[in-house]
Amino acid sequence: MAIERLFRRRRTRGEGREVPDLWIRCQACGSQLYKKDLEQNLGVCPHCGHHHRIPVEDWVRILADEGSFEAITGKVRPVDALSFVDTEPYPERLARYQQKTGRPDAIYGGRATIGGVKSVLLVMDYAFAGGSMGSVVGEEIARGAELAAREDRALVIVTASGGARMQEGALSLMQMAKTTMALEFVFQKRLPYVSILTHPTTGGVTASFATLADVILAEPDALIGFAGPRVIKQTIRQDLPEGFQRSEFLLKHGLLDAVVDRRKLKEELVRVLRLFSEDPDAA
Amino acid sequence: MPLEFERPLVELEEKIRALEATAREQNLDLSDEIELLKGKLERLQREIFAGLTPWQRVQVARAPGRPTTLDVAERIFEDFYELRGDRAFADDPAIVGGLARFAGRRVVFVGHQKGRNTKENIARNFGMPHPEGYRKAMRLMDLADREGVPFLAFIDTPGAYPGVSAEERGQAWVIARSIQRMSRLRVPAVAVILGEGGSGGALAIGVGNRVLILENAWYSVISPESCAAILWRDAKEAERAAAALKLTARDLLELGVVDRIVPEPGGGAHKNPEGAIRELESALLAVLRELEGLSPEELWQDRYRKFRALGAFEES
Repeated sequence: MAIERLFRRRRTRGEGREVPDLWIRCQACGSQLYKKDLEQNLGVCPHCGHHHRIPVEDWVRILADEGSFEAITGKVRPVDALSFVDTEPYPERLARYQQKTGRPDAIYGGRATIGGVKSVLLVMDYAFAGGSMGSVVGEEIARGAELAAREDRALVIVTASGGARMQEGALSLMQMAKTTMALEFVFQKRLPYVSILTHPTTGGVTASFATLADVILAEPDALIGFAGPRVIKQTIRQDLPEGFQRSEFLLKHGLLDAVVDRRKLKEELVRVLRLFSEDPDAA
Repeated sequence: MPLEFERPLVELEEKIRALEATAREQNLDLSDEIELLKGKLERLQREIFAGLTPWQRVQVARAPGRPTTLDVAERIFEDFYELRGDRAFADDPAIVGGLARFAGRRVVFVGHQKGRNTKENIARNFGMPHPEGYRKAMRLMDLADREGVPFLAFIDTPGAYPGVSAEERGQAWVIARSIQRMSRLRVPAVAVILGEGGSGGALAIGVGNRVLILENAWYSVISPESCAAILWRDAKEAERAAAALKLTARDLLELGVVDRIVPEPGGGAHKNPEGAIRELESALLAVLRELEGLSPEELWQDRYRKFRALGAFEES
C-alpha cells in the first residue's frame, strides 16, 4: 500500500499538492526520500549524494562524542546598536529569527570531546539570518577560541554564512578582526584549529576566521568564496565557469585541504585531530 | 563636475572670479565686494558641509581630486621609494607601498590607490585589489617588522575586487591572512581612511593601533549601493542605506570603530587636497608619538584590546 501511495503522490506533484510530512524530495535530484532514511544518512541523498542542510543540533550529534557536549553559547544576545531599519526594523527581524530557531543568534556550540579529543565545537546556524556574522557571532567565536586556549582544547568550527551582518554596519566588519585575533591564543598554545566549510560560506566569514584554520575541510559542492556569484556576474557581465566557487574547484585551486562526505566527516576529523597529538592513541 | 549640493558654491565662486576679472581689466577697486562674497562663500560652505547627509558625504568621499595614497606620500614623506610586486604572481596597481621617511623617522607604508583620472582609474582597477595586492601589503608588513619601523596604511577602496580571477586566487583567504598579519605587527600600526572604506578589502589593511578617518570619508561592512540592492532589492535606495549603515566619520567615532577624525578644509578635501594632507600629517605625527614608546608586546595588547572590545550585545 505504501508504494502505491508513493506513486500516487508522485503523479500529483505537478499540481502543487503537498508532499506528505514523512517524505521529502531531494533538492538536487528530486528523488522522493523517506525523511527518516535521509536523517539516518545525515541529510545526504542516497541517490545523488547531495548534502542537504541539517539543523545545528544534528551537527553536534554527528561530531561530538555521545553525551560529551556541554553548551557554552546562548547567553550573549544581539542589540540594535544602529537603530537599523530596512524593510523592517532590525529588532523585529531578530525576534523572528529567535522564535524560528530558539536561539539568540546565528551560532551554537560548546565543550565536547571528538573521538576522545577535548574540543570546543562551534556551529553556525544558516537558518538564523543566513548565518550572518554580527557582534554576537563574533563574540561567541572569540570566546570559544579563548576558552579552547584556556582549557587546552582543539577548536572546531562548522561554518555556514552569507557573510557579515549588514544591520550592524561597521561593527559587523570589526568582528572579522576580532575573531581573527582571538584565534591567536589557540595558535600560541599549539592547539589545532579545524574549520569545516558547508554550503554556503561567503563574505566576511570566509575572509576571516573560517579560512585561517590549520586544516580546512569542506563539504562536497559547497559554495565558498568572498563575493557571491550574483555580484561577480554583475561585475564581469559574463556567465561564471562551471563549478566556480564550489568545493571541488577550490580544492583544485589550492584553497582547501580536503572535500569530505558528511558520512565520513567524523572519522576524518578524528584522524586529523589525533595527528596533532604526540600520542597516536591520544584521547 | 561639481556635486549637486556644491552648485550654489560654484555659482558664488564664478561670481567672485568674474568680479576679480572685471577689477583687473577695468582697473577698478572691487576688493570690498569681493571680500564680502568670499565671506559669504565661506559661510555657505561651512553651512552646506555641516548639514551633509550620509549619502552626500559618500559622494564627497568619492569626488575626483580627493587626495590618494600617492598624493599623501608625495607630500608628507621627505622621501619614499615604491616597492612593487607580491613576489609570487603579479604587481597589483590597486595597492601601492614602500619605504619612506616621515618627519625624520623611517616608516613603511601601504595604501589603496585609485586613479586620478579615468584612464588611470582603469589601470588601477578603481582601487579594487586582487589577492596579489594584499600579498604585496603583507610583504611590506614583514618588512616593517624586520626593520622595526612604524607601519602606515592608507585606505581608499570601494572593496576588494569581486571577480573570477580574484576568487580563484583566493580573495577571501588572502584578506583573512592580511588581517591576521597586520594584527601581529610588532611595530606601531596606524590606519587612515582617506576616502572609501569598503568592507573586508579595507579592513585587510585596517588593523591599526589607531584608526584615523578623514572627516568626509566612509567605512562600513558594505557599500550603500550593494546594501540597498540586497535589503531593498533596489540599488537606488542607496541614500537610505547610507543613512542606515552609520558609515560617517562621526558615527564611527561614536561606535568606537575609529579613534580620531581628521578635519577637512572648507568645501572638502577634494577642493583643497593640500590643506587636507597638512591636517592628516599632524594627526599622524600625534598618534605615532603616542605609540612609539610601546614594546612589541604592548603594541599587540593595545591592538587586541581595541578590536576585542568592538561589538554591541547584551548578556543574560
